[in-house]
Amino acid sequence: MKILVCISKTPDTTAKITFTDNNTKFDEQGVQFIVNPSDEWYALVRALELKEALGGTVHLITVGGPDNDPVIRKALALGADDAIRVDTDASDGYYVAAQIAHCAREGGYDLLLTGKETIDYNGSGVGGMIAGILELPYISLATKLETEGNGEATVRREIEGGEEVCSVKLPAVISCMKGMAEQRIANVRNIMMAGRKPLKVVEPVDADKLTEIISFTLPEPKSGIKMIAPDNVEELVRLLHEEAKVI
Amino acid sequence: MPVLIFADQHEGTFRKAAFEAVSYGNSLARQLGSTATAIVLGTCEEQNIRALGNFGVPKVLHHTNSLLDHFDPAVYAKVICQAVEQESAEVIVFSHNFNGKAIAPLVSARLKAGWVAGALALPDTSSGFVVKKGVFSGKAFAQVKVLSEKKIVSVNPNSVPVEKTDQQAEVIPFDSQIQESDFKVKVTATETLSGTVPLPEAEIIVSGGRGLKGPENWGIVEDLAKALGAGTACSRPVADSGWRPHHEHVGQTGITVRPNLYIAIGISGAIQHLAGVNGSKYMVVINKDPEAPFFKAADYGIVGDAFEVVPRLTKAIEAFKEKQH
Ligand SMILES: Cc1cc2nc3c(=O)[nH]c(=O)nc-3n(C[C@H](O)[C@H](O)[C@H](O)COP(=O)(O)OP(=O)(O)OC[C@H]3O[C@@H](n4cnc5c(N)ncnc54)[C@H](O)[C@@H]3O)c2cc1C
Ligand SMILES: Nc1ncnc2c1ncn2[C@@H]1O[C@H](COP(=O)(O)O)[C@@H](O)[C@H]1O
Repeated sequence: MKILVCISKTPDTTAKITFTDNNTKFDEQGVQFIVNPSDEWYALVRALELKEALGGTVHLITVGGPDNDPVIRKALALGADDAIRVDTDASDGYYVAAQIAHCAREGGYDLLLTGKETIDYNGSGVGGMIAGILELPYISLATKLETEGNGEATVRREIEGGEEVCSVKLPAVISCMKGMAEQRIANVRNIMMAGRKPLKVVEPVDADKLTEIISFTLPEPKSGIKMIAPDNVEELVRLLHEEAKVI
Repeated sequence: MPVLIFADQHEGTFRKAAFEAVSYGNSLARQLGSTATAIVLGTCEEQNIRALGNFGVPKVLHHTNSLLDHFDPAVYAKVICQAVEQESAEVIVFSHNFNGKAIAPLVSARLKAGWVAGALALPDTSSGFVVKKGVFSGKAFAQVKVLSEKKIVSVNPNSVPVEKTDQQAEVIPFDSQIQESDFKVKVTATETLSGTVPLPEAEIIVSGGRGLKGPENWGIVEDLAKALGAGTACSRPVADSGWRPHHEHVGQTGITVRPNLYIAIGISGAIQHLAGVNGSKYMVVINKDPEAPFFKAADYGIVGDAFEVVPRLTKAIEAFKEKQH
């Protein structure tokens, strides 16, 4: 099996979110960056498990500037074989998908995995767009992925109020979420090796940008909490009914 | 700018997410001085489809081919693109639910139509087409401008008003050639959790954390949820320990929810948890530690032992509901 895993860089989950340039840019000052959790915990780890079980190789791709390199090295340290970075700005989902699709076409992969969504821009779309561009089957929000390496996979996916089991011919694009694998910690040997693994930097291809973020806002702060005594839950019921009007 | 709305049906019925999408699409068409049409795929009784008119849409296309009772996003995307062409639609509206998230990116790639994933409001069309969506998993919002000629908006659950009328829609058969061989994804089994509300659509959510000590104690959460007609959720360590199913995990790395009321029981309120729930209209926190960070984010709080407070609250809710009848 030859598997391509799409890796994106996101701010650490504890990062305080603020903006600069008149609220048009995310303020990266002092922010730690990590591999997007669903890309690492589910897509990458499942790819590595399949490699361990069936043989083959696991390749990473990321679209973004040189500031992505430390993050992609972190992902390499979990055991992937090599990585490609498309050296361009990743501000639009379709543009990113077009770059990945172009590389995937050349690479001849059996399986393309993405995370469920990035925790910064919450697009939940790059995987589907890659599938749409390459005209490959797409399964979104998969919680399990099994294959014998025989050109077919069995996938469990979330649907409204339940789950569905499907089979799909490979190659296919699958977006991965919780349930698919367990988070792994890189071992020292792999961390040492990660620095020497090939990371190929390629130029972007021409593609349209279909969207653009023009500004950001932060949620309004809460106006303050009302405390209720633990033996006066009737008061809470009254407030929920009369004040909040939610029951 | 004619609008096409994908109205997502499940075994012949429509859920709230579909009503929200239809209502949103219809308001949008009105704002643009244009018309809205909905499309329904697969087996569904005509009277249910006509009732979509209640949410403002005058006309619904219905593709009755029962092959579409199996969900393959690629086939759905293909059919929707054909409808887009027939209707000369320029804006396509989805629900931002599991199915919408699967189909919309494929339609986006096929039509080169920019997509706003998880819209929280109608677009600002005063200069271009700009839509508000959540980013940083609930920690902020972005105004996203769609640059392409065709545009896609998926509507975040529980985020937009639903306008109801007593209109009925006209149902128009829609046919396009689809064959069994178009389906590259074959559904072999479906497991529905009967009687439960999908969390992103739930209006009230009762959620439990590690403070509940173990899965055997979830009865008090479930009883309160039942009394309120609520969905149940949990914090990440609770799902990771296998106390509760994964699909109940809310937060930055789980599901983002925006119910009217979120009740957090024995949850400390870590930043990653709050990110996924702070879009809730009202939050109640029950925690024995007065210093728990969740109290800073909530509207109502009770400092106390969940095992005493929650059953008491359940009784009080039941008594309240009783009185309402
Ligand atoms: C990368 C990353 C991503 C993460 N993503 C998520 C996410 O998506 N969602 C998420 O939830 N977490 C997430 N976390 C974990 C998060 O940081 C917290 O560890 C987690 O939310 C804590 O869960 P908890 O509140 O249930 O448990 P705890 O933090 O252990 O809190 C338990 C609470 O219960 C209270 N309590 C104890 N006994 C009682 C009692 N008898 N009655 C009432 N109250 C009681 C305690 O006072 C305490 O406040 C993430 C962490 C990381 C590093
Ligand atoms: N810049 C990027 N480079 C590589 N993969 C990406 C990039 N952005 C998103 N992805 C992949 O696409 C998934 C969905 O991203 P999004 O559509 O932004 O929510 C992510 O979980 C990644 O696997």
